[in-house]
Amino acid sequence: MSTETLMAYDEALERFEPVLGMEVHVELGTASKMFCGCRAEFGGAPNTQVCPVCLALPGSLPVANEKAIESTIRIGLALNCSIASWCRFARKNYFYPDMPKNYQISQYDEPLCTDGYLDVEVDGRIVRVEIERVHLEEDTGKSTHVGGATGRIQGADHSIVDYNRAGIPLVEIVTRPIEGTDRLAPEIARAYVAELRELMRALGVSDVRMEEGSLRCDVNVSLMPRGTSTWGTRTETKNVNSLRSVERAVRHEIERQGAILADGGRIIQETRHFHEDTGATTAGRSKEEAQDYRYFPEPDLVPIAPDPEWVESLRSGLPELPRVRRGRLQEEWGASDLDMRSMHNADAIDLVEATVAAGAAPADARKWWMGELARRANEAGSALVELAITPVQVARVCAMVAEGAVNDKLARQVLEGVLAGEGGPDEVVERRGLRVVSDEGELSAIIDQVIADNAAAADKVRGGKVAAVGALVGGVMKASRGKADAGRARELILAKLGVSE
Amino acid sequence: MSAITRDEVAHLARLSRLALSDDELDHYAAQLDAIIVAVAKVSEVAAEDVPPSSHALPITNVYRPDQVRPSLTPQQALSGAPAVEDDRFRVPRILGEEA
Ligand SMILES: [Zn+2]
Repeated sequence: MSTETLMAYDEALERFEPVLGMEVHVELGTASKMFCGCRAEFGGAPNTQVCPVCLALPGSLPVANEKAIESTIRIGLALNCSIASWCRFARKNYFYPDMPKNYQISQYDEPLCTDGYLDVEVDGRIVRVEIERVHLEEDTGKSTHVGGATGRIQGADHSIVDYNRAGIPLVEIVTRPIEGTDRLAPEIARAYVAELRELMRALGVSDVRMEEGSLRCDVNVSLMPRGTSTWGTRTETKNVNSLRSVERAVRHEIERQGAILADGGRIIQETRHFHEDTGATTAGRSKEEAQDYRYFPEPDLVPIAPDPEWVESLRSGLPELPRVRRGRLQEEWGASDLDMRSMHNADAIDLVEATVAAGAAPADARKWWMGELARRANEAGSALVELAITPVQVARVCAMVAEGAVNDKLARQVLEGVLAGEGGPDEVVERRGLRVVSDEGELSAIIDQVIADNAAAADKVRGGKVAAVGALVGGVMKASRGKADAGRARELILAKLGVSE
Repeated sequence: MSAITRDEVAHLARLSRLALSDDELDHYAAQLDAIIVAVAKVSEVAAEDVPPSSHALPITNVYRPDQVRPSLTPQQALSGAPAVEDDRFRVPRILGEEA
């Protein structure tokens, strides 16, 4: 890999204005493939989900999956697009073994959905990203390159192909050029993909797992010298497989292109590959070697002409969209912008919502998910949602604290027990004996002992130094192994010492 | 004037990853030209009131329900493959030396 000169981000931004474009591919979560009945599930043994249609054996004919058409229209509607009243599939002809047909069924000049937008929020600023088109196509097979030193296609001796993925419905969402992002370009690119991912989840059309490739992102970046209005040549970076990588890839391209342009060089219109390990991009296929896909209307599939009534019924059945929902929840929870943003970034909103639905106060639900549980997830290197605890269980812990059965310290131990698989919150309390000492007699005895053991501190309190009571409360908590109610202990100690606040 | 030039045939051959000799290019260019001229006769009988169409029948919205049907076994799927490795289709090197 060649080492490239980069320009400091700040300097690049001073001299140039970035223009972004995003192409996102989403694999639909249908049960069967786009044009045949093979299972569309991820992860099967090689070539176990293939049939004459998706292998393009002679005499086979594709038939479109109605659910995939429906999902694409719903995506288009959620992105505020117009839905075509009549459109066709098209053949994209190319010769590459990831498709057994020597073409991919896609859409060309008649996409199903056009001219929409998605509003995304970055640092409290709303940016409207315009959507040019949303179209439906089929995914390709998966090639493994054998015999090269690096497992890459360059230098490989031959390749082997698994067609399980070939024919899975794939939706492509293309933005119009995004201008005016200024120095927030990397964050806006990331926020766009994050918002799109959340939208897909809300629609229930895809599991949108970037790491498994069910949401894939290509990032176009070009730079325009400040004070001019002519767009520069753009590059298209592929293999950007996480939200963080989207941000890094944009930043890297700005720094790389800035250095080339400042040096009087020119940007080559090309495909570049993002490398997760270095955060750098390297050149791939050059677009100047003209691509010629010879698109033509797919003769094996009849046109799509969605019934307007059907489209309207899909529109009225759309779920509440993520940004609207976040606004509603913020109001219901009385949360600050900052709280909402941190919950959003931690993917905690669904969890907090479910915990509140199970009876917890919003502030308590947020406190546990964003505090102790976020810390545990972070330690385990996993997502919050992957923790072995349910919102209902967290709500139960909140209830225990609220009714005084456990204090915060014990609650943390309850959570620990649940996460360790010791059972539900009540079981953990029972097994570990975590109930607070609510028996006043028992608490009173502990306090008497602590006062006796800490005569000096007790005298200070008697003498009016109320602050010294902290040491005694600490002693009670220690003696009760954390099970005492600290507030109640404080009251009792002060009463016993004849001091009132 | 011919309906397809020799250069266009060479371009198509390159897109299709077909290595054609000069003789073959001449040969196919002439054949393809004859085919295109023959097919073009259709437009002679297509009157002004016949719109261009991509499909023979005026039908739309032919769909299948999203239901899983049995697939082939890997043995069946790979039975016609010229070469197989690890239950996958084995294909020759994809990028040539120049790539
Ligand atoms: Zn199939």
